[in-house]
Amino acid sequence: MELIWFAVGNRDAIAGMALEHITIVGVAVGLAILTGVPLGIAITQNRRIADVVLYAASIIVTVPSIALFGLMIPILSTIGHGIGWLPAVIAILLYSQLPIVRNTYTAITNVDPALREAARGMGMTPLQRMWRVELPIAVPVIMAGVRTAVVMNIGVAAIAAYIGAGGLGVLISRGISQTDPRQLIIGALAVSLLAIVADRALYRVQKLLTPAGL
Amino acid sequence: MIQLEDLTKTFGAANRLVVAADRINMTVPSGEICVLLGPSGCGKTTTLKMVNRLVRPTSGRILINGEDTSGLDDIALRRQIGYVIQQIGLFPNMTVEENICVVPRMLGWDAGRAKARAAELIDLVGLDPHQFLRRYPKELSGGQQQRIGVIRALAADPPVMLMDEPFGAIDPINREIIQNEFLKMQAELKKTIMFVSHDIDEAVKMADKIAIFRGGRIEQYDTPDRILARPANDFVANFVGADRTLKRLRLIDARQVAQDAPALPAETAPQEAARLALAAGAPVVVVVDAARRPVGYVPAEALAGARGTLSGLAQPMPVTMPAQCDLRAVVSEMFTHDMRWLACTDAEGRFAGIVTQRAVTAALSEAAPAVAAQ
Repeated sequence: MELIWFAVGNRDAIAGMALEHITIVGVAVGLAILTGVPLGIAITQNRRIADVVLYAASIIVTVPSIALFGLMIPILSTIGHGIGWLPAVIAILLYSQLPIVRNTYTAITNVDPALREAARGMGMTPLQRMWRVELPIAVPVIMAGVRTAVVMNIGVAAIAAYIGAGGLGVLISRGISQTDPRQLIIGALAVSLLAIVADRALYRVQKLLTPAGL
Repeated sequence: MIQLEDLTKTFGAANRLVVAADRINMTVPSGEICVLLGPSGCGKTTTLKMVNRLVRPTSGRILINGEDTSGLDDIALRRQIGYVIQQIGLFPNMTVEENICVVPRMLGWDAGRAKARAAELIDLVGLDPHQFLRRYPKELSGGQQQRIGVIRALAADPPVMLMDEPFGAIDPINREIIQNEFLKMQAELKKTIMFVSHDIDEAVKMADKIAIFRGGRIEQYDTPDRILARPANDFVANFVGADRTLKRLRLIDARQVAQDAPALPAETAPQEAARLALAAGAPVVVVVDAARRPVGYVPAEALAGARGTLSGLAQPMPVTMPAQCDLRAVVSEMFTHDMRWLACTDAEGRFAGIVTQRAVTAALSEAAPAVAAQ
């Protein structure tokens, strides 16, 4: 009961933090799509390079987020952004590479070889094959990677409160430092809820983007 | 016309060279279907794919209608060659119409012309344009998909088609139907076609000429009848099978070996019938109704000394065959009904002659007509 009153009483502040949270994750994953999808497509051309890139992306994910933030402080301090919004976006951009690059790579390499042969035999250029055949067929799997990236990084963004990036993590960090279970629980619930809602919304987008014939 | 000159493909390094195609020389005349036939790994598919350069030749030349294709870039070359594969390869993200329009649109046709062409082609394979053009490949049966695969390759009206086991993945009943449809289309379209198959029956049915491959070389290149009648060596003889003489039955129509026999109304006198049978050299006289449809027969030996009319002597006709069917079907019916001859009918069901067992064996023992070596 107390929790509900707390949430209702602070609804504007919570909504503001949620918006910050969404912005951080949205911008970072948006940029990750713009980098990860082309990278995933590019590495389909060479198996060895693909292995190296996917391995590197996997290693990035194994670095704990709090350590990654710490690593970026001295680097980004040189341009005056050691803490705050920018390192949070960069961290999430890096974490998002693995699901997006890997799913793109897998989706493209899994396109039925018969389709590729038909496309080649009909005289499609490599670009036409990619835009008209391979990418449309790969969309559902790429979007699944995007969803994984978003859900995973909504959690990471909560930790970014510790480097002053804002977002719903502020409630959690304050809850811990002030030993206030209300803030802690509301913050945690809000982060979970945001992850679920984002995943459902992106699933809708995935359905819309998937070509009708698949 | 497709001409292959010393076409060679080798894979691998110099120390472990694999020769997939070894100095292939052959000519496919315009408007003919040439079936490349052989066991797996014999080089037939490699040879086919060198024509549209999905496999790059190591050496040798390919000429299409007299023009050396090495002057064309890969993309331009492929757009003027129809290509059909066993796995069909319809793009699942495109409707049937979009699939058919791919090559015409790449060649710069406007949308209206491409769509009109798609409707015309789908009609040609007996599918309703209104119903099927907007469907997606997954909404079609396997046979329908393969028909679309074939007309997609025909969309820009290429003079040359390459078909890589195009009907291999279809069940036997539908395969037979689609093969027949395709032959009917080909009779009008007269494309120059290279067709890979590993099925001798399909080859005999589809081919104007068959090239039998082994180990990257052509063992024999000839008409189906000559391949079956006169295999060049033991490999070819084994490959076409011990029943190769029976396979030749498919290549001959009943009307080609049919002979005349007296076709008489039931009220004819036996003496008259006997005289006519002797004159025609026929073992039977056929009793026909007013519309000249065969209804019964009398063996020639039963006529001698008989009285009355044929109606008293006639036995009912057990079976008749259309004159345009092949001898395989005729012989099958002969065996079924234990007959030494069968009556043939024309399209209206009128008597059109008889096929005797002796005529069939004579046709098979005839030397296959010599064909000028390519």
